[in-house]
Amino acid sequence: MSQPIRVLLAKVGLDGHDRGVKIVARALRDAGMDVIYTGLHRSPEEVVTAAVQEDVDVLGVSLLSGVQMTVFPKIFDLLRASGADDMIVVAGGVMPDEDVANLKKMGVSKVLLQDTPPQTIIDTLTRLVEERGAR
Amino acid sequence: MGIYVPSVELIARVQNGEPAAIGRLISRAESGLAEARGALARVHRLAGRAHLVGITGVPGSGKSTLVGGLAQRLRAGGEKVGIIAIDPSSPYSGGSILGDRIRMSDLSADPGVYIRSMATHGATGGMARAALEAADILDAAGFGVVILETVGVGQDEVEIVRASHTTVVVSAPGLGDEVQAIKAGLLEIADIHVVSKCDRSDANRTLTDLKQMLTLGAHEREPSAWAAPVIGTSAVSGEGIDELCEAITGHRDVTSNTDAGMARRKGIAEFRLRKTAENLLYDRFNDAAAAASAKLAEQLMRRESDPYSLAEELLSTTLEGEGDHERDVHSKSA
Repeated sequence: MSQPIRVLLAKVGLDGHDRGVKIVARALRDAGMDVIYTGLHRSPEEVVTAAVQEDVDVLGVSLLSGVQMTVFPKIFDLLRASGADDMIVVAGGVMPDEDVANLKKMGVSKVLLQDTPPQTIIDTLTRLVEERGAR
Repeated sequence: MGIYVPSVELIARVQNGEPAAIGRLISRAESGLAEARGALARVHRLAGRAHLVGITGVPGSGKSTLVGGLAQRLRAGGEKVGIIAIDPSSPYSGGSILGDRIRMSDLSADPGVYIRSMATHGATGGMARAALEAADILDAAGFGVVILETVGVGQDEVEIVRASHTTVVVSAPGLGDEVQAIKAGLLEIADIHVVSKCDRSDANRTLTDLKQMLTLGAHEREPSAWAAPVIGTSAVSGEGIDELCEAITGHRDVTSNTDAGMARRKGIAEFRLRKTAENLLYDRFNDAAAAASAKLAEQLMRRESDPYSLAEELLSTTLEGEGDHERDVHSKSA
């Protein structure tokens, strides 16, 4: 499809660190993607409502506060309840190895840790959307 | 959804107000998918009840914040509100950062408000190509008011007035004097003027400049049923939002069953028809011109011929055999 890949980048909870997510937003924009940024301090409900309304290909949640094992189960429950379980979900931030493994089991397509180069993020999202196919 | 759901199967779910179905059909409209044409045609026939409010103004004038406040006020009155917020695409990468939602975060948990961000993807005039199709979809889904927020515009990107039932032009204080206020273009198209950020000390000056601009020559014009009001608003204090809401309702009442209102609706239909035809022509021309234009450009560079002659030649080579295309119109993606 000729349409740019649509990505929603979200910050959930009391985490106020958004420099990383802004760098990612900028990199994805420069790679030709449409990036919707929610701003800080969103709830899982707000993030999923926005992602469904925007019908994004990829929902990217940036977390630097350690609450990933609380936030992601809620996000997946809400996505299923909205009938949007074909959405690709990726996580970004600083997370321990055991959480990375558990997040993948939960359905997170890719965990992009703090030292991931922007080009790798671009390539990963492009590949995930290609693998999913038309929707 | 998992597997590909045919667009026509989404229609009933759109009418049911299911957010995922609404979102998906808008995406298909945006990508100009041939498969979605039939479904969009049906949606167009189902739509026609919503009041389309266009909000425009220069970048940073407070459009998104105003839309957020306005939608909240409309919700309090029981109205379901759809919002289409347009931001620019990069001229270099084609990508975009769509940040209008951030200014509307008070609405983000309300199911009676549907916000969709759209990038311009090369469209000019302050609108995105699929904006009116998205408005139809929200209309068919039962949103009684659909607000179209343009990109931050310059002085003459006024397409919104040809597409909306009520046009609101937002001005911010401190951006110009009374001569700026009588210039042609953006300020002429307003059914309602808003001066945002009225908590600022220089806002009164802007309010006065606009009000005086509207009185110039007023005695020579035919009295009309609608006189564009100038409303000061403030997101800090909430001032002016009630007044704006009343003005929009007032304008809707004045234009819904009158001759002027019918003329406007006809104008909107004509604009949409021509814009759609223009887009089809543009796409066909671009597809066909790529090869021919390189060769002709070389002749132009060497000054062997002139721009007009070569442009005529380019047009005749690319658009010849147009008759053959007619059958494809419905199957070709925009």
